[in-house]
Amino acid sequence: MEPNDQPEKPLISSKVDAFFLSIYDVFRFIIRFFREVLRPPLEVQEFIRQCFMVGYKSLALISLTGFITGLVFTKQSRPSLAEFGATSWLPSLISIAVIRALAPLVTALICAGKVGSSIGAELASMKVTEQIDAMEVSAINPFKYLVVTRILACTVCLPLLMSYTAVVGMMGSYLDIHLNEQTSFIAFLNKAFANISFLDLASSFIKSVCFGFTIGVVSCYQGFNASQGTTGVGKAANVSVVISMFLIFIEEVLIVQIVNSIR
Amino acid sequence: MKPFTPEIDWNDKVISVQGLYKSFGSNHVLRGVDLDLYKGENIVVLGRSGTGKSVLIKIIAGLLKPDAGTVNVLGQEVPELGSAELRELRLKIGFCFQNGALYDSMTVSENLAFPLKRNNPKMSADQRRRLIDIVLDAVGLSQTINQMPAELSGGQRKRIGIARTLILRPEIMLYDEPTAGLDPITCTEINSLINEVQKRFKTSSIIITHDLTCARATGDKIAVMKEGAFIRKGDFDAVFSENDDELIREFYDYNFIQ
Repeated sequence: MEPNDQPEKPLISSKVDAFFLSIYDVFRFIIRFFREVLRPPLEVQEFIRQCFMVGYKSLALISLTGFITGLVFTKQSRPSLAEFGATSWLPSLISIAVIRALAPLVTALICAGKVGSSIGAELASMKVTEQIDAMEVSAINPFKYLVVTRILACTVCLPLLMSYTAVVGMMGSYLDIHLNEQTSFIAFLNKAFANISFLDLASSFIKSVCFGFTIGVVSCYQGFNASQGTTGVGKAANVSVVISMFLIFIEEVLIVQIVNSIR
Repeated sequence: MKPFTPEIDWNDKVISVQGLYKSFGSNHVLRGVDLDLYKGENIVVLGRSGTGKSVLIKIIAGLLKPDAGTVNVLGQEVPELGSAELRELRLKIGFCFQNGALYDSMTVSENLAFPLKRNNPKMSADQRRRLIDIVLDAVGLSQTINQMPAELSGGQRKRIGIARTLILRPEIMLYDEPTAGLDPITCTEINSLINEVQKRFKTSSIIITHDLTCARATGDKIAVMKEGAFIRKGDFDAVFSENDDELIREFYDYNFIQ
């Protein structure tokens, strides 16, 4: 029997329909992730490889940006505090800024740019060259092998990278404070951590888990659903970065609101 | 011309497609396709680009869902299978993609070992290595075992793609444009390889192409597709003996006169 030839009419308009359909698609993608992540076999080897790619391969960039962020933030804050004769508060101010906001944000933005674009482009090129279809027809589950491992690696590695960024940022800050005030390292640490609470550490940790998950989901979704040949590869990489960064800022605002209401 | 294949079992249908329809939006790609493939047989599906040839084999492999019609492969209705059953069935179907679809980040050996490791995790490394040697020998590319796909020529990539599907010992082979973009000598080698695979591995195949030389060399039967439906089926001489259809006339003239 020949199927109905009539094209379906859009419910609202074709663009609005497409927007809501894509949101529905992303939710289905996330639900599929949670369903597949618990189902054996676990792709341990690929997960470790992805952790190496996401974590270890980002270390150099994270070290540089984290160090410079701490150093520059200290330099910029000094004149304002010096006006009130409060430069001794610098370690405390910097630690609060770095641990609560700068380390999670800087790490997430760097990873969105580096890791997100790389995952988006890699999966998209696999899609357009039919490598994902080739896995499917070889009775291999490409979602589990390619998507689940990458999202998990991003979710696990972001908090670790964030902790590292915080340490490196504080080192940058210490360098500037030591050069100007000759403060000892122990005194710097005592002052820096005097005002850091468990909630600050926990909220940063939760934030970076959310950021990592977001980068993983967005870039894998864009790559896995790429089309239009080589143009689609560039588009997937670009859109992965843009949407990840946009969502990271929205999540930052939401989490800060929630944490402040608890505080 | 391909010699007669005595191994075809005319009582055993491995693929039966009936009344198949598939559209992408307003683009009606398949419009009532019927096709039977018998055990040991090679069918060549000929047609111009965009007539739905690749869509047909992607539906047979379960990569796309049809809008209407039945697709029976080895006694199972493909569109009705769950993901686990489909995975089981796919172990019996080898799909050779147009550009080989080799995994860029893996060497040839890793490309071949990958489906084995996933589908047969208990197999020892020695057994895997032996199977890899057998299929590489079958496609005549033993020397490329440690090369990356980027270092291979187009023809070599296609051969390794065929080797990767053969390693799971499929009963059915689906070839998507096996000779597209290759020089005439490499085309002849690929055609011989398709026949060699049919004979040595006892496979039944659907070969999608618009290359008449490939069709004549590899097809026990030719099916000509036009605008999403078959307009003629039969052996090569029967299909091209009457040039009454414009498409068939153009195909023949382009391939054998120009």
